[in-house]
Amino acid sequence: MTSRRPVASAGTIRDGFAVLWVAIKREPWIFTLSTLGSVLFGALTVADAWVLGWATDNVVLPAFDEGVTTTGGLVTVLALFVGVALLRAVGIVARRLGAGIMQYRMQAHYRRAVTRQYLRLPMSWHQQHPTGQLLSNANADVEAAWAPIAPLPMAVGTVAMMVIAVVQMFLADSVMALVGLLVFPLVIVANIAFQRLQSPLITRAQALRAEVSEVAHESFDGALVVKTLGREQEETARFAAKAHDLRDVAARAGKVRAAFDPALEALPNLGVLAVLSVGVLRVLDGQTDPGDVVTVAYLLTIVAFPIRSLGWLVGEFPRSVVGFQRVGSVLEATGEMVYGDRRIAVTGDGARLEVSHLAYRYDADQPLLDDVSFTVEPGRTVAVVGATASGKSTLTTLLVRLVDPDEGAVRIDGHDLRELRSGTLADSMALVGQHTFLFDDTVRGNVTLGADFDDDEIWEALRTAQADGFVAALPDGLDTRLGERGATLSGGQRQRLSLARALVRRPRLLVMDDATSAVDPEVEARILAALQDFGATILVVAYRKATISLADEVVYLRNGRVADHGTHPELLSRTPGYADLVNAYEQAAAERAAETEAGEGEEVTSR
Amino acid sequence: MSTATTSTAMDTGESMKAWRTIARGVELSPELKHGFRGTLFFAVVATLGRVVVPIAVQQTLDRGLNGPDGGPDTDFMTMMVLLAAVAIVVTSASSYLMTSRLFAAAEAGLATLRIKAFRHVHDLPLLTQNTERRGALVARVTSDVDQVSQFLIFGGIIAVVSVGQILVATVIMAYYSWQLTIVVWLCFAPLFLSLRYFQRRLSEAYGVVRRQVGAMLSAVSEPVVGAEVVRSYAIEARTQQRIDAAVDRHRAASTKAQGLTAFSFSLGGVSAGLANAGVLIVGVLLGIDGDITAGKVLAFAFLVTLFVGPVQMGTQVLTDAQNAIAGWRRVIGILDTPADVVDPGEAGTRLPRGPVSIEFDHVDFAYPGGDRVLHDVSLQIEPGRRVAVVGETGSGKTTLAKLLTRLMDPTSGAVRLDGVDLREVPFDSLREHVVMVPQEGFLFDADLAANARYGRLGAGDEEIRAAAGELGLADWLAGLPHGLATRVGQRGESLSAGERQLVALLRAHLADPDLLVLDEATSAVDPQLELRIGQALERLMSGRTSVTIAHRLSTAENADEVLVVDQGRVVERGPHDQLVRAEGSVYRRMHDSWVAQHSQV
Repeated sequence: MTSRRPVASAGTIRDGFAVLWVAIKREPWIFTLSTLGSVLFGALTVADAWVLGWATDNVVLPAFDEGVTTTGGLVTVLALFVGVALLRAVGIVARRLGAGIMQYRMQAHYRRAVTRQYLRLPMSWHQQHPTGQLLSNANADVEAAWAPIAPLPMAVGTVAMMVIAVVQMFLADSVMALVGLLVFPLVIVANIAFQRLQSPLITRAQALRAEVSEVAHESFDGALVVKTLGREQEETARFAAKAHDLRDVAARAGKVRAAFDPALEALPNLGVLAVLSVGVLRVLDGQTDPGDVVTVAYLLTIVAFPIRSLGWLVGEFPRSVVGFQRVGSVLEATGEMVYGDRRIAVTGDGARLEVSHLAYRYDADQPLLDDVSFTVEPGRTVAVVGATASGKSTLTTLLVRLVDPDEGAVRIDGHDLRELRSGTLADSMALVGQHTFLFDDTVRGNVTLGADFDDDEIWEALRTAQADGFVAALPDGLDTRLGERGATLSGGQRQRLSLARALVRRPRLLVMDDATSAVDPEVEARILAALQDFGATILVVAYRKATISLADEVVYLRNGRVADHGTHPELLSRTPGYADLVNAYEQAAAERAAETEAGEGEEVTSR
Repeated sequence: MSTATTSTAMDTGESMKAWRTIARGVELSPELKHGFRGTLFFAVVATLGRVVVPIAVQQTLDRGLNGPDGGPDTDFMTMMVLLAAVAIVVTSASSYLMTSRLFAAAEAGLATLRIKAFRHVHDLPLLTQNTERRGALVARVTSDVDQVSQFLIFGGIIAVVSVGQILVATVIMAYYSWQLTIVVWLCFAPLFLSLRYFQRRLSEAYGVVRRQVGAMLSAVSEPVVGAEVVRSYAIEARTQQRIDAAVDRHRAASTKAQGLTAFSFSLGGVSAGLANAGVLIVGVLLGIDGDITAGKVLAFAFLVTLFVGPVQMGTQVLTDAQNAIAGWRRVIGILDTPADVVDPGEAGTRLPRGPVSIEFDHVDFAYPGGDRVLHDVSLQIEPGRRVAVVGETGSGKTTLAKLLTRLMDPTSGAVRLDGVDLREVPFDSLREHVVMVPQEGFLFDADLAANARYGRLGAGDEEIRAAAGELGLADWLAGLPHGLATRVGQRGESLSAGERQLVALLRAHLADPDLLVLDEATSAVDPQLELRIGQALERLMSGRTSVTIAHRLSTAENADEVLVVDQGRVVERGPHDQLVRAEGSVYRRMHDSWVAQHSQV
């Protein structure tokens, strides 16, 4: 991964090494192994030059000079070359595999740690952090944090190799070594210059790739609108603009690369020419022999190329440091739900729900709920009615203790929810929300969530939720896989499955927050009818009049407060705002009828 | 291009396919051919140039260090070093020109391919019929093209130069000594022969990695996206187990692939060691017979490194090449999928303005490979009528709407507007006359004005406000924090579902169609907004022919006429009052169940 490389500063280089140090401390053995592998590889690459030089001076040139050679000499040459090559292969495998093991272990470790935090931290924490950010913390950020591990052993090995090579070069001939050494700083400077020029372009290209993808996503998602309004050309123009920007930036980045790659390759070659020039003069003077010239030239070429790995390592640092910080902020987040040790009956008839003086707010000025009190007797069905943003959904999250109230309490069978043992709540009550979440699992897994229910129980829950029909029609019935790689369900089907998930547990309190919004009204009516015989205490956030009419009583919320509580007819007669709200459907229908009767004239003017 | 040489040579089973893919790819992206000869010329120069150093070394050692009179020949040395320096500069320049030209051509060509594919996707029935495939379609115009681009440039250069260098190195080696050349090739033969095997294993291993990445991402999203479910069902421990298992499978698969990569990469070095030893040993043996000089043998050692480098680089590129070709094939596959609804263009018959009449003439419809959805539907609708279509889920009522808007063509029979077969109406004329308001009022991530303008390009803010006023939405618009400049967010999610519908209606009104096809939303919205939507709909429909896929009783009641669809046939038709009185009618049954729900209130 050499792409997306912001510029490295001195600070990030220090921080980058600090991040790497975390990995090295955690995986010291595998780091040592891969580094040894890399050093072995480096040493043996240098040794290759040494073997060549040795063979030249001791076997090849004598053989040509004297016209004879010994089998022993030739066998030594073979053994040396093959031995060095095999050991070097061991070094490569140790280096690469070691780096891989270390990198993937660190990724896995941090993914597990981050997701543990996600599961541990309270819902209120989740609500403060955008979903996309949390997903990216667990994926892209973890990956970025440990990306420098891949080039790390090679970089360490390169440093070792450079040291060995330099020593070797000086041992061979110090004057030629000095000439050759001029090449290294030049290569390093060229690499840094390349990074500086290239990084902003790569970053821009990456951002543009994301933009191209966004346009495509949006345009394809809105395909029906695009198509039915005949806006394909305009959409294509919008996409083409981004695609062309990307093309231009990528081509510019390409030009930079096109210039630097040959330059980085030419430098060592020019160095070799310099070494040769000096070398020949020194051979003429009798200060060195041809073998040493060969050795120094060879060392130069083999060391100059891996110097780039230092650039790769440092180039990953900025992303790595930022990724590590982001992951760290998740790992350091605090907050926890505190549980008591009381138990309540987990089976049996409906629970008694008591809400007293409940208040909840995101920010101090705007309470979402304020002094909300009401009681639901066992087995009753209560509808919560209110306009948008009246606090209905917030109330449901408090009832099943996804969040705790700022003031007041929710009691079930007389116990404050906060006094109950962890897990007790889930055994006796269930929340079904408007937004369904299906796991990448089978229908069965999505209903049972790993708990032990037999097929009869599952089918019964599916029947009550009016989901038995479509589940039976799925290719593998209960064992059909859902999700990205499985069957696709419609919004209404997903909602019915979520409901079955709640029902199979036979909760004593069922809280439904607009849980059937995507279900056909007729099917919804059947679900509600079936729930009448279910035996639980039911609290349902409702919009449709049909739903409200099935409730024993209604809690009418207005601006986060209980405006009225009573039966539907009571509320209709005594609370004007309530009547307006629930009659809006009927009013709409009536007005439509009235307008049609008003005559043709108006229709013309409204065109 | 030469990138294909390597992959096809390795991939005999698919060789024709790969070649055809590339040929078709180049045909679709003509920019790839622009200046190709020049690029090829520079590539040849750059590749030849890479052999300059060993020659310089050889010449210097052989003739410079050991000149004709026994000692070093400084004049010759000076000439050689200067010559080599010039060669290096020429090589670098050619390399720069080759790479930057390749970059420019490849990026331009692929941008063209990307745009063509994007445009074509909008013509595919897949897009509207199979929503879960949308992610894959996005991948066709993004990551698949990126993969081809990455390969064409980096892999492509490496492959071109590697293969070239192997060839040049071989030719020069053969010029020096054909015997030693054979030795080198023999030492590398096991590597070449095992390449296909490793390539297959590698591509399998990375296939597993890709699948595990998907599974891991999906598992990791559970505690985030499903946070409420996980908490309310107290399944933290189970969720963590699922994540741990997926994370670990991903780690294991990645490690395995990495190990295989490392092992296959290390083989090149072993072959190189063998070749070096072989060259020196055979060289010495030949030298004793006087067939070769010491300098030639040493130069050969350098030539072997020239040979090893590209072999290692080239083999690395092979897996990428396969992936790139596969990506290219997928993009081309999209482009070669025929659009099943064809625009007659200029040759077609434009519809006149004004309310249209509708005619279904013995229309059958079946999805490809599926059962028939509509059976012999024949009906006529007079201009200006307001028709509601009712029926159970899966009865075929949505299909009627899709045929009417020509999202699809009938399998047999014809749909006519004002007597003109829809297949003969140019798209621009059709889209001007017929507008569909889908169930979900999809909005683009822009401001409200831009979304409304989608209905009429170039509509000014005043026009939009006037249209909103005509629909009775002026005060709603004025009540929004930033009015027309309100940002709607991704998919319009900053607005409520009801507000999104209002924008969709405003957009349709601006488009000013003669035939309005409405797919009524099923999701419940705030009743007060519902009232607004109802009013806006009412005004939108007046003076136009309209067909509404109705989910509400009130819609059917207010229509001039109700069409009842049952199992792909129009079984009943007439005004609400008449149908509801007909004994035993399907409509009456539906109506009764509707009423049952409402009468309890």
